Amino acid sequence: MTMLHLDNVTAGYGAVQALKGVTIEVHPGEIVTLIGANGAGKSTLLMTLCGDPRARSGRISFEGRDITQMPTHEIMQLGLAQAPEGRRIFPRMTVRENLLIGAQVAGHDPGPELERVFAIFPRLHERQAQRGGTLSGGEQQMLAIGRALMSRPRLLLLDEPSLGLAPLIVRMIFDTIRRLNAEEGLTVLLVEQNANQALRLAHRGYVLVTGQITMAGTGAELLARPEVREAYLGGH
Amino acid sequence: MRGLDPQAALKDMLLAGLVALGLFAPLVGLRTDVAPTGALFIRTRWTDVAIIVGLVMAGRLAMHIFLARREARAAMADLSKPGRFATQAAWLARILGPVLLGVALLLPAIPGVGRYELDLGILVLTYIMLGWGLNIVVGLAGLLDLGYVAFYAVGAYSYALLAQYFGFSFWLCLPLAGILSAFWGILLGFPVLRLRGDYLAIVTLAFGEIIRIVLLNWVSLTGGSNGISGIPRPSFFGLPFSMEGGPGTFAGFFGIEPSPVHRVIFLYYLILALAMLTNWVSVRLRRQPLGRAWEAMREDEIACRSLGINIRNTKLSAFMIGAMFGGFAGAFFATRQGFISPESFTFIESAIILAIVVLGGLGSQIGVAIAAIVMIGGFELFRDLEEWRMLVFGAAMVLIMVWRPRGLVGSRQPTVVLRERRRIGSEHVAEGRG
Repeated sequence: MTMLHLDNVTAGYGAVQALKGVTIEVHPGEIVTLIGANGAGKSTLLMTLCGDPRARSGRISFEGRDITQMPTHEIMQLGLAQAPEGRRIFPRMTVRENLLIGAQVAGHDPGPELERVFAIFPRLHERQAQRGGTLSGGEQQMLAIGRALMSRPRLLLLDEPSLGLAPLIVRMIFDTIRRLNAEEGLTVLLVEQNANQALRLAHRGYVLVTGQITMAGTGAELLARPEVREAYLGGH
Repeated sequence: MRGLDPQAALKDMLLAGLVALGLFAPLVGLRTDVAPTGALFIRTRWTDVAIIVGLVMAGRLAMHIFLARREARAAMADLSKPGRFATQAAWLARILGPVLLGVALLLPAIPGVGRYELDLGILVLTYIMLGWGLNIVVGLAGLLDLGYVAFYAVGAYSYALLAQYFGFSFWLCLPLAGILSAFWGILLGFPVLRLRGDYLAIVTLAFGEIIRIVLLNWVSLTGGSNGISGIPRPSFFGLPFSMEGGPGTFAGFFGIEPSPVHRVIFLYYLILALAMLTNWVSVRLRRQPLGRAWEAMREDEIACRSLGINIRNTKLSAFMIGAMFGGFAGAFFATRQGFISPESFTFIESAIILAIVVLGGLGSQIGVAIAAIVMIGGFELFRDLEEWRMLVFGAAMVLIMVWRPRGLVGSRQPTVVLRERRRIGSEHVAEGRG
């Protein structure tokens, strides 16, 4: 059974058509990555499946339910969570408050989830009384992912978690994603510009070019394709 | 970091002097006077111009030095610790809150406090309550509302009209006024759901004016500009305040000498209780998921949506609860005055309440209280200055905003704490967000 299915989805902002009939599938327990250049429509795709902007045509389903027309806050209650592009943590609230907001939608007692996130990112535990805005970029990314994990999602959507981070931090974050997937069976849809690392991490990948999927395959397959190497890996 | 660059500062100072010279030479330097013969002649006052230009230049230089010093200090400050001011403010807030509450509780018993002081206290407390109410909308939820006075008016007119047409008592009308105002809050909330910042401000401003103009023109219901008089005064839980002192009155029941001060003291404690209720609800809500959602919405609406928070309900609830407290305050205002008219609900009221919230430091409870005391008390203090009052006031506000751009108490107590409470100074948080 597919967990997430986008079937021929088009979407955009105003006159701009950012997605021109995209079809992708994510199966339970997979890490799927979506790579593409700036402006290819990667972030729009993640936002569209959360209902903002709404898909203009096509069908989006999550665990068999049609969510194409569902209000955003209801979609987010179904068991998927997003760490949005640019992290978007709440700068004037403490780390702990940021995390608690992530659990709000699920409605359960946030205590065990908080413990779990602190175990995954001990750094957040140290800084829990500090304001989000005073964290470093890497810590903010941990906070954004931790906040998304607070609702105990089955599908985690990550929008460019490596953006603007030092290579060491990127590796740490990617290792965490791999571990969450392997140990807890968390399904991940990862949008990345950092194609090399994303394809090494992912089971499968899609290449998005100006709103259309041009290639699909396993991570290793895509890494080996000369077109991919040419366009996204600097040709070596 | 940019220290004081003497050359640039000097250049800027000269430029300011030049601008001042250009402005004041014709404005101050030349003056037409009437000669004894009746003819007009021009008198020159170049010394005055020189003094003004000198003052402008000195002021400009002082500003540069001040800013450079502040920058140097900020650069040296340790980021992991709250700034000097934030520490002071934290200490002040801890001490000041209980002290202020104590003074407020004992005010009627303090020797030398008469009717005038109590009336002023009632006025200040009304504004504190309005400030706390608006703080929910502006400070916590980050929705800039320039028409808050509309809910104050709805509350006041709800009580006045319900009492006039149906003879309802104050105690019955108080919750009704709150409910009606909350309803109007939701009504305002719906059309502005998608608006933020400046756009929201304009619509709320218009809303405030619409309410006032409707009250002014719906003469058959509200009496128009004549207002409503003879609004019943509140009773002490059924015992009226009366000068006769009969058996069914407040003085008669407690066997004390009837005095007009009784009612003032009662009104004073009533508004104190209402204000403390507002404070208590705000502080409680802030620790609840709803209050946290308000703050998160202020910080980043898109992030909120991606976390599954229902922005529509969150916004409407902020408008609703903020409006409800405005309505309570309005009902109190009506019963205290005994007379209301649209005159009392002009835009300047909204502006004053907003100024209290902003000067106090958005989101800070104690800051709002201090700002209300300073502003409303200041208005009274400077009464002798007459038309200069507003000028003094404007200058004071500009100074506060230069000195403390995030308000008097610009740091926010984290609502979730681990072991120790730690404050984070506003100086470490990016400006201009939310």
